[in-house]
Amino acid sequence: MNLAHWPFAGLLLALALPTHAADAATVYSKGGSNPAAMACVTCHGAEGEGLAAAGFPRLAGLSAGYLKKQLADFASGARANPIMQPIAAALTAEEADAVTALLANKPSPQVERISRAAPAAELGAVLALRGAWERNIPECVSCHGPSGVGVGETFPPLVGQSAQYLSAQLVAWQQGTRKNDPNDLMGHIARSLSQDEVNAVSQYFATLTETGAGQ
Amino acid sequence: MNAPTSALLLIALATPAHAADIAMDDQSQITTAAAVPASNAAFQPPLESQLEDNAFGKLVQQGRAIFVDTKTHAPDYVGNSLACTNCHLEQGRKANSAPLWAAYTMYPAYRKKNDKVNSYTERLQGCFQFSMNGKAPEANGPVIAALTAYSYWLATGAPTGQELPGRAYPSVSEPKGGFDLAQGEKVYAAQCAVCHGKNGEGQKAGEDYVLPPLWGADSFNWGAGMHRINTAAAFIKENMPLGKGGTLSDEDAWHVAAFMNSHERPQDPRLIDGSVEKTRDKYHANDGVNLYGKTINGQMLGKGL
Repeated sequence: MNLAHWPFAGLLLALALPTHAADAATVYSKGGSNPAAMACVTCHGAEGEGLAAAGFPRLAGLSAGYLKKQLADFASGARANPIMQPIAAALTAEEADAVTALLANKPSPQVERISRAAPAAELGAVLALRGAWERNIPECVSCHGPSGVGVGETFPPLVGQSAQYLSAQLVAWQQGTRKNDPNDLMGHIARSLSQDEVNAVSQYFATLTETGAGQ
Repeated sequence: MNAPTSALLLIALATPAHAADIAMDDQSQITTAAAVPASNAAFQPPLESQLEDNAFGKLVQQGRAIFVDTKTHAPDYVGNSLACTNCHLEQGRKANSAPLWAAYTMYPAYRKKNDKVNSYTERLQGCFQFSMNGKAPEANGPVIAALTAYSYWLATGAPTGQELPGRAYPSVSEPKGGFDLAQGEKVYAAQCAVCHGKNGEGQKAGEDYVLPPLWGADSFNWGAGMHRINTAAAFIKENMPLGKGGTLSDEDAWHVAAFMNSHERPQDPRLIDGSVEKTRDKYHANDGVNLYGKTINGQMLGKGL
């Protein structure tokens, strides 16, 4: 055999083997190769829009880095969640890479830009746009961006999430079942909030999109 | 003072200012006492909800909008990506974070370095030229009118002509062995990079900078007060990480302030004859602790960007 043919032969061999590369759409809609890695679509919706009433979050448009970290933290228990823990633990690294990239490329909700310059009368808006500095609580938008659209891989979008999901996360930080934020940046804020404040600020961001998580 | 230094100083004093459009040729330090508890001892500015819905109230709100979202509301005068509230926390209200209510009542004020009585307008113009790396808003224009109204309103009922507790940032003593850039780099990586980026570049949401750049072309210039390591250390100790002020040790605040200010940034607009050396001698040699014109890792800082 002519040596010059070997690269070509190798390519044929590769094509003939069953592929191990994860197909993102399959992982999302049918689950991973391990049966415990159940299909995302069941709870997070056809387009990753989430299911507001059940508190299942929107995933569409969230950064891949943030989503991958959450999967790792579910698996490790740094973010305790009885539904997501076995799923995250059963996804292969390739499947997690693929499905998070797919979700990151989906659209984010379109929302008017609301910065600290905007008026703030109600409790939720005051926390979001003015903070509560006597307790060292910065304005939410000072890290999560105008309208809470999210910044980079560390500060996830708040807009587009349901009040149920947002308040559940704040409570999880208060109770220590979620402790996967860098340097306790979110934890110390959540622990300083009253239940009324948790509800008000969650409602504020949820109502920035007309129909909440479905948009 | 030795003879060569005296001679340099004489030359510097004799040199006419070339930067005629710089309203205030320094960002003079404010001597501050120890921290006061922000919660009780400090003056309490009025609440936003108390602001009346009339012409004055509207002007105050315009000033507040400029203060917290500067590039959007005063784009012609901002040369970088910072907002006033990046350094003056809680929309300029927070004691020990250079609150506007404590600054406003101190003007007009004599400043030794430019040897004249400065108006509050001139002080605001200085912020735009240095901290915002932009240009001075017109003294009789809408930006100065709005920011002045906002400051005046925040100072409602504050005693004038005296230093109020909570003014500026409480000073932090330099470590006994001086600052340590390598230790500062470690503190930066552990505490600061998550928001400000590995290379001090800040982070955006779309086109908006949300987390401000700390050095480089989009940050404050070499003439800004924050370029002083002592000022930056005081700011950082009080305010950083955001929402967790007071958690860094005094030493680490100094180390990380020095690390931040050991990087290149836009030129001091007071640059004399294109010479970093001349500019250092005139404006930086006696301006706190700073690295302008100093050589770090084989590179002279202060060349600008």
